[in-house]
Amino acid sequence: MASLTIRNLNKSFGSVAVLKGIDLEVKTGEFVVLVGPSGCGKSTLLAMIAGLESVSSGEIRIGDRVVNGVPPKDRDIAMVFQSYALYPTMTVRANITFGMESRGVPKQARAEALARVAGLLQIESLLGRKPSQLSGGQRQRVAMGRALVRDPALFLFDEPLSNLDAKLRVEMRTEIKKLYQRLNKTTIYVTHDQVEAMTLASRIAVMHQGRLQQFAEPRTVYDRPANMFVAGFMGSPSMNFLPAQIAVSGPAAVVLAESEGQAMRLPLPDKVVASAGEGRRVVLGIRPENLTRYDRGRTEEKPYLGTIQAPVEVVEPTGAETITIVRIGSREVIACFEPDAAPAVGETVTLAVDMAKACLFDPETEMLI
Amino acid sequence: MPDVAAYDPLGVAGTWRRRRAKLVVYVLLGLFALYYVVPLAIVVLNSFRSLPDFSRNGLISLPHSFSLEYWSLAWSKFCVGGTCKGIEPFFYNSVAMVVPATIISTAIGSLNGYVLSKWRFTGSEILFGLMTLGVFMPGQMVLLPWARVLGLLGLSNTIAGLVLIHCVQGLSFTTLFCRNYYVNIPDDLIKAARIDGAGFWRIFRKIVLPLSPPILIVTVIWQFTNIWNEFLFAVIFSSGTNQPITAALVALSAGGMAVHQYGIESAAVLMAALPPLLVYLFGGRYFLRGLTQGAIK
Repeated sequence: MASLTIRNLNKSFGSVAVLKGIDLEVKTGEFVVLVGPSGCGKSTLLAMIAGLESVSSGEIRIGDRVVNGVPPKDRDIAMVFQSYALYPTMTVRANITFGMESRGVPKQARAEALARVAGLLQIESLLGRKPSQLSGGQRQRVAMGRALVRDPALFLFDEPLSNLDAKLRVEMRTEIKKLYQRLNKTTIYVTHDQVEAMTLASRIAVMHQGRLQQFAEPRTVYDRPANMFVAGFMGSPSMNFLPAQIAVSGPAAVVLAESEGQAMRLPLPDKVVASAGEGRRVVLGIRPENLTRYDRGRTEEKPYLGTIQAPVEVVEPTGAETITIVRIGSREVIACFEPDAAPAVGETVTLAVDMAKACLFDPETEMLI
Repeated sequence: MPDVAAYDPLGVAGTWRRRRAKLVVYVLLGLFALYYVVPLAIVVLNSFRSLPDFSRNGLISLPHSFSLEYWSLAWSKFCVGGTCKGIEPFFYNSVAMVVPATIISTAIGSLNGYVLSKWRFTGSEILFGLMTLGVFMPGQMVLLPWARVLGLLGLSNTIAGLVLIHCVQGLSFTTLFCRNYYVNIPDDLIKAARIDGAGFWRIFRKIVLPLSPPILIVTVIWQFTNIWNEFLFAVIFSSGTNQPITAALVALSAGGMAVHQYGIESAAVLMAALPPLLVYLFGGRYFLRGLTQGAIK
């Protein structure tokens, strides 16, 4: 097991720069998730860590060793592919032991490692089968078994769950988490699914257009996103953005820009105003779950609770919560209601806005203030 | 057979229309089948007929005599080009030519295909394009270069020389077949194997070759049939006792004999045609499957 250090890593295909100046420091035993929309370069980054893509410039270090020019087999890594990449002509047993066979591990040790992994993943009964005789979930397990059978410095996962149906995906996610909690191996996990990222990661690296946007604990990425891209990408339904201005007079507050007549004034903590500066134009970011039906009882409990009146346009019950689209000024805003408190279409609701959770962004740089 | 009945476009619409359509199709197909089978049938029948039978009833006729001796005469007794050992030695010449040439050209084609699909390098696509150009190159164009090469290598009028020619000439096809098949093998398999510690040869042996039988059967059948039936190189670059059977057949019929030994000639032709026919009969199923099937289900 080892750490992973990436310094100023760049990758171009011809004249197209795919990765731009990536810096990443993964500690030993950490589970880091690379997440981003398709085409953000996350899979390329993983392939470069694996040694399947060359490095244009920069440095990749596994443990203390620079591995830029080291072929994949000598990097001491194991990888699980999105397509599973099981060898179709081999049995499950041969699939799992192929790597050890290539490396000349003695037969006895191979059998022991196989038995250990088969037990761990509960695939003993499948060992004699061919991949074509397995279901999607079973293939996934075998693919993990092939990686887990060795004790590598790094585990790499390339969207391992995206070929499974929704229910199985959630189950396997939990199982990967359990495995990680048991084994505590350094893991790099690529996904485009922000829920997977939130649930699995000890730290999340959000990528966009070849750049690392933010690298932090899941809580931090969610609560204090570094910029508007991260804020919008993480969380579903995604964060609402409203143009606003820090109030110049009166108690610390932000005034919504498009409020059509009524002065929509939402309270802010003093120190936020102090750091942002009075009168500054900002983008107010507020997550749907922080916009709920105004309830007098709760108002007393929470500090910095603002209220907005808004007409309801669409109501989407999901069961656990009811997603509601309301109109504030010219913008559609998503709010989450408890099913019991769900409004009707056409109704004008009073929304409680939990401003302690709000984020302010600079409208020019889109960075968090 | 597939589980679901194939869609039958002639099986819809009204009864009369349906019957009429089927009738037209079957009559047409029957005519074509006849057209292809009749020449073969004539040669087969002729191989059992005696010379007087030919002179009385002509070349195309049902047999009025029956004898198996023309087959044995053609095989081991009849005089071809001065030696009277029948076509047997030439048959073995062909075997000695076709077996190594097929194996070598298929093996190299498979390796070429593996490199050109899974270990691409700068210019590999251009190289592949140039190699497949050979598919469209007529044999006449390369006669003189080959004559020179065989002379330089001291392989003029040898079976080894013909093996060399067929290996090189066949590479375009075998490479094309194998490369296009291997392209469908997911790259992830190769990547996974590389991470698993396998190198170039181990991946070829353990991952790619086990997936190859369908396409290898296709290339083997293709190469075997073409090399066995090949005439131009055979007749130009070999002579006397070193000829493969296709060239020897000509010598047999142009033997300078006063009377054409139609029975013997027919038997010889049939024996010469038998190996590729058998290969196709036994391998034809795989041939069609290999041509239409992808690498991975």
